Amino acid sequence: MSSIAMNKPGTTVLLMGNEAVARGAIEAGIGVAAAYPGSPSSEVLPAIAGVAKEMNIHAEWSVNEKVATEVAAGASFAGIRSFVVMKQNGVNVAVDFIVNLNMTGIGEGGMVIFVADDPGGMTSSNEEDSRTITKWLDNPLLEPSSAQEAKEMTKWAYELSEAVNLLTFVRGVTRISYTKSNVVLGELPERREKKAYFPELWDMYNPKKSKFTSGPFPIYHKPLHEKLEKAREIFETSTFNRYRGPENPDVLVITCGACTSYCTEAVDELRAGDRVGVLKLGTTWPLPEKLVAKHLSTTKKVLFVEEMDPFVEQSVMELAASLLPTTCDLTFYGARSGHLTPYNEQSTNLVINALMDILGTTYQPRDLTYDREAKEAIKIVPNRPINMCPGCSHRATFWAVKKALQLDGRKGFLCGDIGCYSMGFAGPGFFQSRTMHAMGSGTGVANGLGNLKHFGFDQPVLAITGDSTFFHATMPALVNGVYNNSNFILLIVDNSATAMTGFQPHPGTGQLATGEQATVVDMEGLCRAIGAEVKVCDPFDLDNATATLLGMMQQDAGVRVIIMRHMCQLVKDKRKIPRKYKMHVDSEKCLADTCGCDMLCTRLFGCPGLMVDRETGKASIDEALCVGCGLCTDICPANAIIREEAIG
Amino acid sequence: MSRQTLKKEPFNLIISGVGGQGNVLLSAFVGEALVNEGFMISVADTFGVSQRGGSVTSHIKISKKTLYSSVTLKGKADVILGMEPVETLRSLVEFGNPDVFVIVNPRPVYPSGGVAYPDLDEVKKSIVKLSSQTKFVSATEEALKMGNPIYANIILLGSLVGAGILPISKESMMPILEEHFPGKMLDTNIEAFNKGMELAGH
Repeated sequence: MSSIAMNKPGTTVLLMGNEAVARGAIEAGIGVAAAYPGSPSSEVLPAIAGVAKEMNIHAEWSVNEKVATEVAAGASFAGIRSFVVMKQNGVNVAVDFIVNLNMTGIGEGGMVIFVADDPGGMTSSNEEDSRTITKWLDNPLLEPSSAQEAKEMTKWAYELSEAVNLLTFVRGVTRISYTKSNVVLGELPERREKKAYFPELWDMYNPKKSKFTSGPFPIYHKPLHEKLEKAREIFETSTFNRYRGPENPDVLVITCGACTSYCTEAVDELRAGDRVGVLKLGTTWPLPEKLVAKHLSTTKKVLFVEEMDPFVEQSVMELAASLLPTTCDLTFYGARSGHLTPYNEQSTNLVINALMDILGTTYQPRDLTYDREAKEAIKIVPNRPINMCPGCSHRATFWAVKKALQLDGRKGFLCGDIGCYSMGFAGPGFFQSRTMHAMGSGTGVANGLGNLKHFGFDQPVLAITGDSTFFHATMPALVNGVYNNSNFILLIVDNSATAMTGFQPHPGTGQLATGEQATVVDMEGLCRAIGAEVKVCDPFDLDNATATLLGMMQQDAGVRVIIMRHMCQLVKDKRKIPRKYKMHVDSEKCLADTCGCDMLCTRLFGCPGLMVDRETGKASIDEALCVGCGLCTDICPANAIIREEAIG
Repeated sequence: MSRQTLKKEPFNLIISGVGGQGNVLLSAFVGEALVNEGFMISVADTFGVSQRGGSVTSHIKISKKTLYSSVTLKGKADVILGMEPVETLRSLVEFGNPDVFVIVNPRPVYPSGGVAYPDLDEVKKSIVKLSSQTKFVSATEEALKMGNPIYANIILLGSLVGAGILPISKESMMPILEEHFPGKMLDTNIEAFNKGMELAGH
């Protein structure tokens, strides 16, 4: 939406949390923004990139989160405010650099990371809590409770970062990033005239002067802790920490982030505003101890409500222990007591349940007869399994993998990775992927498995990686495999986009984050230069793809790469590339239950564009969903699915 | 502050469908119209893997006085706009109550992976039973008549506005459609919107 760079302070607009974060960074006057796409954080960088030219910002999709953080640090060293965006997994990638950055401190320009965690793992391979990492890294941490606050905090984080000379984290969660709500815009900064300049100070033994190398380490570690104490002092009076409730509540709820509104709603829903107070912390690390101690002295019962790990809970309990004996009559409720869970997402209803138990009250959300009827009705509602899109090239690749492994017959298997093709472990990928961990890990794990010949290991090993994932973390694993003479095949499923997170460009696409043209990094040439044998196939040429893969498997030595190249169907739709075929089922030829194929097309192949006609029991095409890729023609044993060249 | 009144505080709208049906676009349009009318709203869409053929639900909480959390409390939906019958029923089971108003597109989207779809008449009966009022709007059929199933969501938007249950009018929707759809696309989408209003009995 165009409102990101709208220079109308005071105007109310509807913004997604991620857009509000982008606006906050722009209002703070950032000069550089770098990110690697990862839901639920993926929309922040594009929002900035969309106005990069007019706001004089360098916005880039970096190859991974560590490089993104380094890019931003470079800008900070030269005095330019910089911004990094990632999902929780990305923090793990960036951490090695940040530990060292904290030793030297940042430059004159403030530096902020927005990280979006994913409680419930709705768009992730895990539900890691990144806050624990910021704590052991020794970086200040802010947690916004709404889109508006996400904007304000991101902006303010630069002031803090520069005041304490530390990289500062703003941690959101899916519900903050992906909730759209009213946001009142602030002022945009004047266009910067400041010249970027790398300072000439250098004195190894003086942590105040040496930039930007660290060591001797104890000398540099001490000021880091002092900086954190300074942040704590600033947090004590921060207006991001607020209390709503009676002076001496029966129950004090301590909460933060997205859970804040769950708590106030739960209190309202239970009409318990005279008994329950809510202390909302916006600055969660380091803990503003004086403020929290003051509130602990007003009550006997404390309930912690937060997403994921008992992070605030543990900090506050540690504080309470240090305040003994004045805190000896406090009872704590939260993850430790089992009133809430340190996994999956929190909700208003879960907070209501916890408060009901502590207060000894009851709550009935709806009419009981209705409730019974609703519970009866759920019995006919089927689960809707996730799937790859109609026309997805990964479906073709996994079919080729399945067939090649069957034909080879040596119990070969595929090591999976992160992207749309993660679904390879389930029905949509015919259960072909047997491992799945971090970005690029399929290839790393294949390295290890492919070097077990000495132990009698004789199963063919395949690994899969996406085009964007290849550049992010697979490349070092491929080099490792060639160097150490491992034995595996890497399938690069090149669909010309970072499809899972919203089709962001990457080094292989020839496009920058801003939409401008970029140098294409030649994936094929790169793999050859590394020393791997490389073949390129279109997976929709199913027979050729299967035969090529099988042939490579039977070489049984060294590292071989097969690039399965076919554009993502959704990218084709966006570019209005016309459909190739018009599909129909010849109902004479489809033998339905009597075929012996056991409805291979809908049951196993499972493209959403195929369905079973309820009256005839035969296969048919869902006109509303089919994109005319024609692949199902090749898998029907009765040749009943007919593709005709589409006209026009 | 809006001049329009709200029947309840907050007023909860849920849009349920299947990934690819376009409910995220719908919730953004409705949300923008509400903000322009001066309401405070929170819109939550389920994203990510659910985009690929899974259930997608958008929650819109509308208030005259404050910003609420984005997710509807159990049993507290006021209006459910169902883009698909089974998904409508799924939302009713969790968020329905005897007063809920339902608009539903009766065209099924079949689950993949060999999962059976229940008897459609039985699904429709359950929807009617669990709603105070149900309007069936054959949006997909009408969209196919217009040449592309993609128009179904704008037809449903027309029905939602036409039913007169939200504090937004055709006048508040038009500038948003104009901003979003360039050139010829605008005419077709206005046609779809009007069709939806007509089907809602407006």
